[in-house]
Parts: sequence; structure tokens; C-alpha cells
Amino acid sequence: MTSATPAVTPLPLGSAAAGIAPRALRNATTEPVWIQRVLIGVAIAFMTLFLFVPLATVFFEAFKKGIDVYLAAITEPDARSAIKLTLIAAAFSVPMNLIFGVAAAWAITKFDFRGKSLLLTLIDLPFSVSPVIAGLIFVLVFGLQGWMGEWLRDHDLKVIFAVPGIVLATVFVTFPFIARELIPLMQAQGIEQEEAARVLGASGWQIFWRVTLPNIKWALLYGVILCNARAMGEFGAVSVVSGHIRGQTNTMPLHIEIVYNEYQFAAAFAVASLLAALALVTLVVKYVIEQRVKGQRREIGDRSE
Amino acid sequence: MIFSRTLLKRHSVLPGFDLALGLALLYTSLIVLIPLSAAFLKTFTLTWQQFLEATTTPRVVASYRLTFGASFLAALLNAFFGLIVAWVLVRYRFPAKRLIDALVDLPFALPTAVAGIALTAIYAQNGSIGQWLPFKVSFTPLGVWVALVFIGLPFVVRTLQPVLDDLNRELEEAAATLGANRWQTFTQVIFPILMPALLTGFALAFARALGEYGSVIFIAGNMPMISEITPLLIITKLEQYDYAGATAIAVVMLVAAFLLLLVINLLHAWTRKRQGGL
Repeated sequence: MTSATPAVTPLPLGSAAAGIAPRALRNATTEPVWIQRVLIGVAIAFMTLFLFVPLATVFFEAFKKGIDVYLAAITEPDARSAIKLTLIAAAFSVPMNLIFGVAAAWAITKFDFRGKSLLLTLIDLPFSVSPVIAGLIFVLVFGLQGWMGEWLRDHDLKVIFAVPGIVLATVFVTFPFIARELIPLMQAQGIEQEEAARVLGASGWQIFWRVTLPNIKWALLYGVILCNARAMGEFGAVSVVSGHIRGQTNTMPLHIEIVYNEYQFAAAFAVASLLAALALVTLVVKYVIEQRVKGQRREIGDRSE
Repeated sequence: MIFSRTLLKRHSVLPGFDLALGLALLYTSLIVLIPLSAAFLKTFTLTWQQFLEATTTPRVVASYRLTFGASFLAALLNAFFGLIVAWVLVRYRFPAKRLIDALVDLPFALPTAVAGIALTAIYAQNGSIGQWLPFKVSFTPLGVWVALVFIGLPFVVRTLQPVLDDLNRELEEAAATLGANRWQTFTQVIFPILMPALLTGFALAFARALGEYGSVIFIAGNMPMISEITPLLIITKLEQYDYAGATAIAVVMLVAAFLLLLVINLLHAWTRKRQGGL
């Protein structure tokens, strides 16, 4: 795109700039070196203060009292059941949001229909709802005084202060992630390839598995990773619906809160370090996928030229 | 069948519209629409008078002031430093640049509770940064602000980066040829182009901060009237079984969030128009 512009701008401007030595030209559109250094310094100082120090602190505090304390903290029964519940919540919410995300992206990007922008807004909605309110609305529906409270009690079912409530709250807060990753990419890719496959006689599922999926696999994987990270780390929404029953309805973030409030800082940071490691893995995967997508784009660009 | 006959604007040879849209609508209704409407319907059990009373007691008003004030100031700081970080990451070369770029997303990926306890430890009076500061940060409103700066950090950087990447260098060359110095070029050529994206990033960071709970409650100290944020107040009401009161405050916050969402969408449209116009 940008490489084509100089050729089509026969303004006197272009020729004037071409007459100037490259070095002088560079000086005219960048800052003096000392300003560059100051700005880089400010940026790094800001990031250090608000990002790197907190991240390093998690691991430093976790191992401060030695590896034995660390291992004991992450293997004690309450911590183990918290880890288990966190894995269960993610095991439900990620596949559910994956199926929804693909379906919504398919409808939105491959078809032109009335009410599309309304659906897009609804998909984004959970992003702007406070996690605490996300928990609250499920209490209003499934809590003892809620819409379905009596019915649930009569049938001896428990949603709030039990695992289903935790899963629901987690599904709500992670709802947009996969759809949001897929929609812009699938929009950019258009529908020509799918249409060609259709004309050649492929069925709907064949089109999806053989044409669409290979095109979106990296974005899909990134959406899943992001959704998973958020599902495992969700605190506010889960905190409202969990009831904080030790060994039963505590997820890892809730376990961290309880242990922290009991002044067992090393134990709290030990469990926190597991989640911080998960966050770092998420960032690494994101970085790798971004590089791949960039590579893919370059390939496509080379081929079309 | 029903969707493709009624909603589809153009016939398509591709299959799966009914299934995909049906699934998406069903799921969206069950997970988002019906539960959210519960919040609004619950407030109808209150009279207008009761609603006003529940949402305007001094303690609630103090929490609004803290939540909105600290969120605004945190987004403001993020707008300023976010601009510098985005600029440096797009324009300059320096060691470990890719690593720093990748770590900008850390607040998206790090669970809020983990961020909360880490920030509290750092900014406590015996903490690694807190001990050098002449004033208290943890357990004060200032701590709330620090936590909100942390969680809002990626928004401004990530909305500015693509715009900066696309910025046409010829505009700057033109400004330079016409005799503008670098500062004039920045303030009069570059900054106006960045403005919509900067405002979008600011609004996104502000919106995120308004609802934040996990990272704040550890560092805030949570003293009523002083360092108690609105989401915590909702939880406090819930724990006292005051469902209607909690929901009334939640509805106030939801309306604020939806208004912000509207503003953000308008800003997005403006950004696209600006970029398209170049």
C-alpha cells in the first residue's frame, strides 16, 4: 500500500525531498538523539514501575521462604481443590465460548443480515460490565430470592454458592474473547474462498473444516488461550457467586485472597505465581502467533505480487 | 429457515446461516441478555423514591467520587505515558524492545487478584517501592489509583500503535519542508491525527477502571467514605442480603458503562473516518 504512494504523487514536494541527502531527510522526520533517549527512558521507567516490578515481586515473594514452603503451599488440600475447580471452570467455559464464537463469527462475517451491528454490540457487552455486576446478575436469577430460586430449591439443585454458578459467571466474563478475535480476521478474509468451495460442490461442514478453519486457526488458538487465561484468573464475578467455601467453591484467585487475608503471604504468592506463569505463557503464545500471522501475510503479499 | 427468510439482506450460496445465527442468538440470550435484564427488572421492585435513596446515600456518593475520580486520573496518566510508550515502540530502536512490547499486554493476562497482592506488597510502607516514598500509597485512595493505572495500561498503547504504524511519513516530510520544526510537526500534524485513537484508548481504560474490583480491594484498605470503591459497596450490600439496594447501585454503574460504550463506538467511527480520509 505505502510503497505505491510515492509513484502516484508527482508533487513538487516529493522531488524537493529527493534532492536532500538521506541523512538530512532522516533528521527532519525524527527527533534528536537526546530526546529519543529521554523518551525511551521515560517509557521504560513507567513500564518498570507499573509492570515489571509487580511481575517480579510475585515470583520473589513466592520463593522468599524457600522451595519447601512454596511446594507445601501449592500442594496442600485446599490449594489442590482450588486448582481443580479453576480447571473445571475453564474446561466448561472455553469450549462453550469456542462454539459460540465460531458460530457468531460465521454468521456475522459470511452473511449480510439485519440487526448485525446489534449482535456485535451484544457480543461486546460483557467487556463493559463490571465483574462484580456479572456475578450479581446470576445471583438475581439463580439465588434463593431470585427468579428460579424456589424452583431450584424444590428440586434440590444448587447454582449459586456452588460449581454451576462459578462456571456461569466465568462463561459470562469470557464470553466475547474468541468471537472478538475471529470476527475482524474473517471479515478481512472475505467469502470468495468459501464460495468457490461451494461452487465446486463442497458441503457446509467440508467448507468449514477444509477452507475456513485452516485460515483462522491461529486467531482461533489465540482466542482460546486468552479466554482460558481470563477464565482461570477471574476474581470479581466468581467471588460474588462462590460463597467462599474452603475446599469446595474456592477457585485459585479466591484461594489466594483467603490465604492472603490470613497473612500467609508466601503461600498466597506461591499460588499467585502459578497464575502469573500462566499469564507469561499466554503472552509467549501471543507473540509466537503474531509472528506467524505476520509471516503468513508476507507470504500472501509475495504471491500476489 | 426462519432467519434466512426474514433477516438476510442478500441471498448467499453459503450454508449454515440459520444454524450459526440461531446458536449465537440463543447463547447470547441465555448468558448475557436474560441475566442482565434481571438487574434492570429487579430495580422495578423499588419505587423511584427508594431507588434514589439507595443510590445517593453519602457513603454511596463517596464511593462514586472515588471510583470515577481515580478511574479518570488513572486513564489520564495512561493516556500520557501510553502515548510515549507507543511512540517509542513504533518509532525507535532499542535493546529488548520486542520483550517490552510483548509485556505491555501483561495486565490483560495477569489475574487481577495476583496484580492486587503484588501491588499492595510493593507499595506498602515496607515494600520495595513504598519504602522510598514519603507518603502512604497502599491502603489509601492513592493505592486505588495505582491499581487502576496498572489495569488500564495496555489500552492506550494498543489503540495508538496501529495508528502510529499507518501514519504517513510524507506528511511529516511535507511539514519539515515547509519549515516546521519537530515540535510544531508533532503538535500540529501528528497529534491531531492521533487524537481520536488517544481518546478511544483513554475511554477504554476509563471504562475498564470503573468496574475493576480484584486488583483494587487488596491495595485500597476499603475504608467507608475514604477508600471504598463502588463495586465493593455492591458486594457489601449483597452480603447484608440487601439485594434491591445492591442492584440499584449496579444499575447506576451499568448505565454509566453503557454510555461509555456508546462514546467509545462513536470514537471508533471517528478514528476510522480520520484514517480513511488520509
